Amino acid sequence: MSDWKAIIGLEVHAELMTRSKMFSSAPVVDSVEAAPNTAVDPLSLGLPGTLPVINKQALDDAMMVGLALNCEIPPVNQFARKSYFYPDLPKGYQISQYDRPLCVNGYIDVDLSDGTSKRIRIRRAHLEEDTGKLVHIDGESLVDYNRAGVPLLEIVTEPDINTAEEAEAYARKLRAILQYLGVNSGDMSKGVLRLEANVSVMHRDDTGYRTRTEVKNLNSIRSLYRAIEYEVARQIAAWESGEGVRQATMGWDEQRQRTVVQRYKEDADEYRYFPEPDLPVVEVSREWVERVRARLPELPDAKRDRFMSEFGLSRYDASQLVAEQAVAHYFEAAVATGASAKTVANLLLTSLFSLLNRDGVERENIASTKVTDRQFGQLAKLLDDGVINRPTALTVLGEMWETGQDAEAIVKAKGLAQISDTAAIEAAVASALAENDALVQRYLAGEEKLFGPLMGSVMKALKGQGNPQLVRDIITRQLEAKRG
Amino acid sequence: MELSHEEVRRIAELAKLDLTDDEVALYAGQLSSVLQYFQRLQEVDTSHVEPTASVLPLSNVFREDIAETPLDPDEVIRNAPDAVDHQFRVSAVLGDE
Repeated sequence: MSDWKAIIGLEVHAELMTRSKMFSSAPVVDSVEAAPNTAVDPLSLGLPGTLPVINKQALDDAMMVGLALNCEIPPVNQFARKSYFYPDLPKGYQISQYDRPLCVNGYIDVDLSDGTSKRIRIRRAHLEEDTGKLVHIDGESLVDYNRAGVPLLEIVTEPDINTAEEAEAYARKLRAILQYLGVNSGDMSKGVLRLEANVSVMHRDDTGYRTRTEVKNLNSIRSLYRAIEYEVARQIAAWESGEGVRQATMGWDEQRQRTVVQRYKEDADEYRYFPEPDLPVVEVSREWVERVRARLPELPDAKRDRFMSEFGLSRYDASQLVAEQAVAHYFEAAVATGASAKTVANLLLTSLFSLLNRDGVERENIASTKVTDRQFGQLAKLLDDGVINRPTALTVLGEMWETGQDAEAIVKAKGLAQISDTAAIEAAVASALAENDALVQRYLAGEEKLFGPLMGSVMKALKGQGNPQLVRDIITRQLEAKRG
Repeated sequence: MELSHEEVRRIAELAKLDLTDDEVALYAGQLSSVLQYFQRLQEVDTSHVEPTASVLPLSNVFREDIAETPLDPDEVIRNAPDAVDHQFRVSAVLGDE
């Protein structure tokens, strides 16, 4: 395994939330909710005699994304025809951009769990029109053109990504940027944001790239992570067994948690790109670029830096919190209840995230769980104030997660408040030491590691609710008293 | 320039046409003569002509982002040979984009 490393590039397709379509005035609707073919005009259908006209807002939005991704905006960009025949494209071609994209040469820096950060270069981001939606039933396909013509931004990285973790970090950050800019909801379940990974592996003796596969059908960032882990391992095994890797489009099978071949790509795709004759070129003045730049809001990096300076959080913790706009909101609202930011961050990033993970809830849906941000802040406050200890906090959180009750109500109802009553602890310690006299004698004879078991038996007597610091102090005092 | 039968088969595949061997031979001849005719363009000296990005003497023709009433879904499928529940029905095409 150590002889191999993965070479990964990501292609992200993001629909832009404009009011009307890329090249016509048909409305942009929620393509999951809307009834079929209710947001369609003659251009969406590719009817003869129709002509496209560029939506200025889509250009502005796409340029704003490009600037947020540190891209250059060339002085001229141009649309091109990409020919292919498939029922989701009624014209027989898609209007896209080819050799003159809107945005080029960008990058974003992603923060990794080992505390380092890594720059992922962005080769280009170009505008195109989305295609219709096909539903396959019994050997037939039903076509809905509501989505056909919705502005779509394709964002392509260089093959700078080497691990599933980096791919996940990139996808999360890119999605966060799109959400912060307000140009895309980031809702992958609705297909408004779609990921594809180009995956190959490289042996340390290699001097060039090996055959790559393209992994599609990734419906969540978690799927992206798992699909890359799987596909990289599959390719390494295939090279090592001598079988090798064939160029192919793979799909991620969520049920079986594996990649499956959709089709082999024996021949290079033949899209016959040429400049779109129905659309004039777009000339972008520097004034235009600066006008768009002036509209950029506080982006994840700036928010992360603010969380670090305002709340004293580590870079990695802060970047985890801003990675999803919904999580950043949740965190700030929880802190606003008066709990310490560090306690909130810590509980959120460990315990709440692991509950989200366990139940397969995406982080972006954090606000729709039973634990409201205010309740979460109250739980952190109980911990801050020493009313409960940390293990109890986790128990209470688990209960809140299931029932949606307030932390305080759960603590009261179950008698979970931490015992800080010195007399009660003194009594528990005295009886525990009496019951474990053998351990006590050995401890006094120098086996100091036996402090742990003694502490354990006291905490057990206190049902785990003893204030750990007080318990420790009192045991120490009583043991020392026995030395006489 | 004479197109090979293999090239004709490749073009037919891209155009989703199913050709017999006789047709391949026939079209190889016909397509080649069409190509030959266009080859006369190569004789024009273009060394002093700037590459053309667009044939239109225009740039920056935009529309405002205003949504208008779409077609009625009955209208949308009116010309469709086959439709169900306001969706076009086509034979399944799998294993492509």
